[in-house]
Amino acid sequence: MHLAAHFPGVNSTTVWADPRSRSQIDFSSFEHLARTAERGRFDFFFLAEGLRLREHNGRIHDLDVVGRPESLTVLNALAAVTDRLGLAATVNATFNEPYELARRLATLDHLSAGRAAWNVVTSSDAFTGENFRRGGYLDRADRYTRAAEFVATARELWDSWTPDGTSRPFTHSGPQFDIAGEFTVPRSPQGHPVVIQAGDSGEGREFAASTADVIFTRHGTLEAGRTFYADVKGRLAKYGRQPEDLKIMPGVTVVLGDTDAEAQHNAAEIRAQQVSPQNAILALEQVWGRDLSAYDPDGPLPDIDPDPASSLVQGRVRVADPLAVAAKWRALSEAKGLSIRRTVIESTARQSFIGSPVTVAAELTRFVADDAADGFILVPHLTPGGLDGFVDRVVPLLQESGAFRSEYTGSTLRSHLGLAEPVWKG
Amino acid sequence: MSATRPLHLAAEIGGPPRYDAGSHVALARLAEQGTLDYVTLDDSFARPGPDALAVLARVAPATTRIGLVPTVTTTHTEPFHVSSAVATLDWVSKGRAGWQADVSATEAEARLFGRRSAAPAAALWREAGEVADVGARLWDSWEDDAEIRDVATGRFVDRDKLHYVDFEGGTFSVRGPAIVPRPPQGHPVTVIDGTSGPAREPAARYADVVHVRATSPEQAESLAGDLRRRAAAHGRDPGTLRVLAALTVDLGDAETAPEPGLGSGPRPAGPGTYFRGGPVDLAEHITRWHRGGAVDGFHLTPIAPERDLERIVNGTVALLQHRSLFRTFYPGGTLREHLGLARPAGRLAAASTSEPQS
Ligand SMILES: Cc1cc2nc3c(=O)[nH]c(=O)nc-3n(C[C@H](O)[C@H](O)[C@H](O)COP(=O)(O)O)c2cc1C
Repeated sequence: MHLAAHFPGVNSTTVWADPRSRSQIDFSSFEHLARTAERGRFDFFFLAEGLRLREHNGRIHDLDVVGRPESLTVLNALAAVTDRLGLAATVNATFNEPYELARRLATLDHLSAGRAAWNVVTSSDAFTGENFRRGGYLDRADRYTRAAEFVATARELWDSWTPDGTSRPFTHSGPQFDIAGEFTVPRSPQGHPVVIQAGDSGEGREFAASTADVIFTRHGTLEAGRTFYADVKGRLAKYGRQPEDLKIMPGVTVVLGDTDAEAQHNAAEIRAQQVSPQNAILALEQVWGRDLSAYDPDGPLPDIDPDPASSLVQGRVRVADPLAVAAKWRALSEAKGLSIRRTVIESTARQSFIGSPVTVAAELTRFVADDAADGFILVPHLTPGGLDGFVDRVVPLLQESGAFRSEYTGSTLRSHLGLAEPVWKG
Repeated sequence: MSATRPLHLAAEIGGPPRYDAGSHVALARLAEQGTLDYVTLDDSFARPGPDALAVLARVAPATTRIGLVPTVTTTHTEPFHVSSAVATLDWVSKGRAGWQADVSATEAEARLFGRRSAAPAAALWREAGEVADVGARLWDSWEDDAEIRDVATGRFVDRDKLHYVDFEGGTFSVRGPAIVPRPPQGHPVTVIDGTSGPAREPAARYADVVHVRATSPEQAESLAGDLRRRAAAHGRDPGTLRVLAALTVDLGDAETAPEPGLGSGPRPAGPGTYFRGGPVDLAEHITRWHRGGAVDGFHLTPIAPERDLERIVNGTVALLQHRSLFRTFYPGGTLREHLGLARPAGRLAAASTSEPQS
């Protein structure tokens, strides 16, 4: 089993109102969570990215955590206070250039002695593009084309130094990039930093199957996980890859209690914190695509229909089929007599593992045994102490049963993940 | 300028390319022992070496007081990313970050990116100025107290304290606001080498610290005077501009080298005037120029960092401290405090609101 820690930040699951919630930006918060993950012998620490502040109804979204540091800079600093933990940065392939990013990633790999990873995301919305020279020029259809050539080009640059330390000029001439010169950083300890992919479309899965080492997914239930796992692993053979070459790691949340009942109680409390009255209306507006601020969160769902052409929400993934989602929510609300807020709480639950440490350890183990996942990216709801309980209480059980390592056996992230050294293509 | 102005000292820790963290950490700690204001790490896309900002981020938690100033280029990079990365360096170092803005002038560098061809220095420096300008606006795009965590209204931030920058430069535009909250120093320190003609204007307008290359105190004084006049013309208080003379330092193998002083003739590569001599000679040189009021201090580039920085700290700095010309401890925690520069107030507070302009 592989385990990673996601720094809780800009998303509606992070509970900033809890009295135990600390700074989202001070380095001490990042240090605490990373050290906790390393104490738990986790594979890696993960930072998400967002290149523009989200907007709702034409204004900056103000209900969830807003703001975050730049990933690679934080990870380089974390390399100073950790020894073995992998350090994964989400960096957009659309608003960066291969030469510069390959250099920054190779630098992190050197400075951390082989612990760097890159989560390749692909935003193409013009909204984000307004912060960049390039603008939002990229069609949805083209973003994985660029991402694939981006990763391939980065690997050419990483291979442009021989393993014994000689730099050789490179030339890459393709539809996306036409570049040449000499790379300034020698081959790094991992050869190539680990590549992670997050994105769920057919193109996204294909991209991951052809080129990624890890895939970060949202499929957190056993059944959805098994389907996704079979689908993605099934795509590997046509690229000449083995099932173990790509690790599938869903993002999951864990809520613990001394007993299963207590954990359920804790989970309900956290849900109530996550879905404040204001957030309930917001969640509704995200589906309906309309200003619903006049509605009472404790009252019934609106009887008007969603606006499928709405641009109310900017900077976050849109609800795929708002009419269908609205119909589902209405049915639930009517069947159980739920208010807006209760409906949102029940419909958007993301808590995958709820129970006593024994229950959670068993469930996690079952997911891996049943081919629903190779491991998990844990997304705590509290900063920075949100993984303390998991590391203190669940990890020892996983270690006792042999499901998870008790000590790091190697020093690089590739070795933690059981990934082969990339073959040098000179 | 009066001789009682505090002396500022900084040192480059680059030199031959090194890719591990250990040597950089050791050099930065050495400079910190000498209570230097800051260390710089030079960078370019065109010659061997790691990403400088990344290296100094790696150094940050391994040091406590020294300022950290990587070279960051503005020609082939994204202004929004540059601003975010420098702000983040300030967060991870708790207020010790700066950046030395530089341009990429060669066709070879342009080919590494394949987006645009090489341009004349004047255009590149105009753009560098715009990058410094928009960078500072992005740092100001969050008011210091924008994060409110108001449980009663469910709001994490007060969106009226977040501001779009809507910057239109000659080669780029940025909408904003920043994704990184306002950094601890308000503005991390901006450093520019203002010796060359095209760099002088952006240096005078946007830099907090200007490095100048001069072979005599008179030349340094005239450069500094020019920079301060230009700064004043931009409405700045010229007294808030720190001017440091760049000196490439070769402290040789002897306590006192045979020919101390500024060398002439062919020089080893490196910024600034070439100084060869012993640690004591260097202290004399620094004292003379600083007493004369030509400059606020020195940016020293040791020829052989391991050897020369040790001599600078244990020889030159120790002597300057003994003569009470240089401080023996850091009275403050941030780079701005070392430099005697105030923390700037945010400028966008009343300028706009988060309502989109239509
Ligand atoms: C689990 C997961 C995590 C993601 N994290 C980020 C992120 O941190 N930053 C980002 O810009 N996009 C993120 N994305 C968005 C994807 O990179 C991608 O742009 C989006 O899912 C649309 O791609 P698709 O059509 O292939 O799903 C994430 C996606 C998934 C599934």
